[in-house]
Amino acid sequence: MTTMPVRRRRWRNTAVGLSFLLPNFIGFLILTLIPVGLLFYYAFTEWNVFGGATWTGLDNFRQMARDTTFWTALRNTLYYAAFHIPLTLGVSLGLALLLNRKLRGVAFFRTVAFFPYITSIVAVAQIWNMLFSPGYGPVNELLRWVGVDNPPGWTTSADWSMPAVILVGTWRDMGYYMLLFLAGLQTIPGQLYEAARVDGASAWQRFRAVTLPGLRPTTFFITVLLTIGSFKVFDLILVMTNGGPGQSTLVLAQYIFRKGFEENQFGYASAVSIVLFAICLVVTVVQFVVNKRRSS
Amino acid sequence: MTTVLVPETATPAEVPSVTRRSSRPWRILGYAALGAAGVVVLLPFYWMVLSSLKTNNEVFTIPVRWITTDPVWSNYADIWSKSNMGAWLGNTVFLSAVVTLLQVATGSFAAYGFAKVHFPGRDVLFLAYIGTLAVPWQSYMVPQFVMMTKLQLTDSLWSIVALQAFGALGVFMMKQFYETVPDELLDAARIDGMSEYGIYRRIMLPLSVPALASLTLITAVTTWNDYMGPLIYLRSPDLWTIQIGLKSFISQYNAEYALIMTGSVLSVLPIVVVFLLGQRYFVEGIATTGLKG
Repeated sequence: MTTMPVRRRRWRNTAVGLSFLLPNFIGFLILTLIPVGLLFYYAFTEWNVFGGATWTGLDNFRQMARDTTFWTALRNTLYYAAFHIPLTLGVSLGLALLLNRKLRGVAFFRTVAFFPYITSIVAVAQIWNMLFSPGYGPVNELLRWVGVDNPPGWTTSADWSMPAVILVGTWRDMGYYMLLFLAGLQTIPGQLYEAARVDGASAWQRFRAVTLPGLRPTTFFITVLLTIGSFKVFDLILVMTNGGPGQSTLVLAQYIFRKGFEENQFGYASAVSIVLFAICLVVTVVQFVVNKRRSS
Repeated sequence: MTTVLVPETATPAEVPSVTRRSSRPWRILGYAALGAAGVVVLLPFYWMVLSSLKTNNEVFTIPVRWITTDPVWSNYADIWSKSNMGAWLGNTVFLSAVVTLLQVATGSFAAYGFAKVHFPGRDVLFLAYIGTLAVPWQSYMVPQFVMMTKLQLTDSLWSIVALQAFGALGVFMMKQFYETVPDELLDAARIDGMSEYGIYRRIMLPLSVPALASLTLITAVTTWNDYMGPLIYLRSPDLWTIQIGLKSFISQYNAEYALIMTGSVLSVLPIVVVFLLGQRYFVEGIATTGLKG
C-alpha cells in the first residue's frame, strides 16, 4: 500500500467508498432526495394528474391564506401539539422515575409499557374507539361510576374528539419516551444523590437540584422529537376519526393527503407541505437556540 | 416516515439503578403508582383479547363484563373465511422480510463507506442523509408519489419495498455503531492485504451483530405496522397488507365487534412475539439512536 502513488490511492479510495454507498444511495436519491427537492418546485405550480405542471409563482400560497379549511387544519394541529407535548413529557418522565426505583416487577413493567408503541395504529384506534364508545364503552361507564352524570361523547362529539385523540396519542407514545428518559436518568452519577442526601436535601429538593438539571439534554432531545411528532401527527387521526366529526380533528398532514391524493391537486398539496416542513424546521431551530442560550 | 436525531445522553440501559431502598410509605406509594400505570397500559389489550372471545352481543354490555365464562374460540376460525386474512398476512410477511433484508444489507454496506473509508465528498453526502431525516415524510409524500408513478411503481408490493428499504435510518444507525470500532483494528487487516470488502464482511459484520439485530427488529416492526405507505400505493385488494385489510374489514363489518377484535389480535400477535424475543436489541437500538417511526 505504501508503494502506491498518493494520487492513485486517493482515486482508488473514492471508487471503493462510492461502491459501498451506491446500493443504498441510488434508492435514497430517487425516492427521498429528489422528491424533497421537487417539493420546492411543485409548490409554485398548478398541477393535477392530467396536465403538466404550470408555474404560478406564489398563487398557491395566496390561495392558502384565504383557505379556511387550511386554517382549521393548522389550528387543530396546534391544539394537538399544545396538549400532547406537555402531557406526554409529564407522563413519560413520571413513568421513568417510577421505573428507575428498586421495586419488584419493574423489569416486567418496562417491557409492558412498550406494547402500545409497537402495536399497529389500526388496532390501537379500533380498541380505543370501542373503549370510548359513548353509550356502552368502559371509559364512560367508569366516569358514570365516579359520579359524572353526563360523560362526553368522545369521538362522536366535535368538542371531545380532539381530547380523545390526544389521550390515545399519549398512551401510545409514553413507553417510547419513557425509555429515552430512563436512558437519561442512568447517566446521572449516583454520587450527586448521595451528596445531596448528606446535605439533608428532601426528595423534592433532590429532584429539583439533581434530577432535572441532569436530565436537561435528554429533556431537550425528547421535546424536539415530540414537537416534530405532534406537528406531523397523521395516521392515528386518519384511522381513529378521519378528521371528524366535521373538521374537528382535521390536521395539516391529513389536509395534505386530502389535497394530494383525494383531490389530485399536487401543486397545492406541495405548498401546504412546505408550510408543515417550515413549521417543524422553525420549531426545531428555536428549541436549539433556546437550549444553547440556557445552558451557557 | 422516520426521524432520527443524535442523542446527547443516551447510553445502553445496562447501568444499575442508583436509587437506594426508600422508606416504607414511599414504597407503598410506588407500588400503587406502578399498579395504576399497569392497568392503564394493559387494560386496552385485555379488552381486545377478551372481546375477541365474546359474541357480538356480549362485547358492549352494561355493566361491562370483565371476564367471559364461555370463550367463543370459533371467532378465531371464522375470521379466516370471513376475511382475506391469510393473503393479508402473507403480503405483510413478504414485505417485512424483503424490506428488512434490503434495509439491513444496503444500510450497513453504505454505513461502512461513510464510517471507515476516507474519500472526498463523503461528508457532504452524509449531510444529505442527515438533512432529509429532519424533513417529515408527510411533507414529501406527494412528490414521492409522483416519482413512483413515473417509475411505474404503484399498485405493486415493490412500491412498498422501494419506499421503505432505502431509508436513511439504517445508514445512520449502523454508522453510529461502526464509528465505535477502532481504526487500528482495520489498519492491521489492511496491512495484511485484506480488501475493504473483506474487512466489511469478515470483521465489521461479525462485530456488529447486536446493531444489526436492532436494525432488523426495528425495520421489521415498522414495516409490519406501516399504514400510510400501503394505503397510498396498494390499490388492488389482493395486495393489501394486514393493516389495510383490517381497516377495510372494520368498515365493512362495523357491527361485528368480536370479529374485529379477533382480527386486531391477529394483527398484533406476531409483533408482540417478535418484540418479546428480541426485546433487548429493540430497546438498545432505540436508546442509542432515538428514532421514531
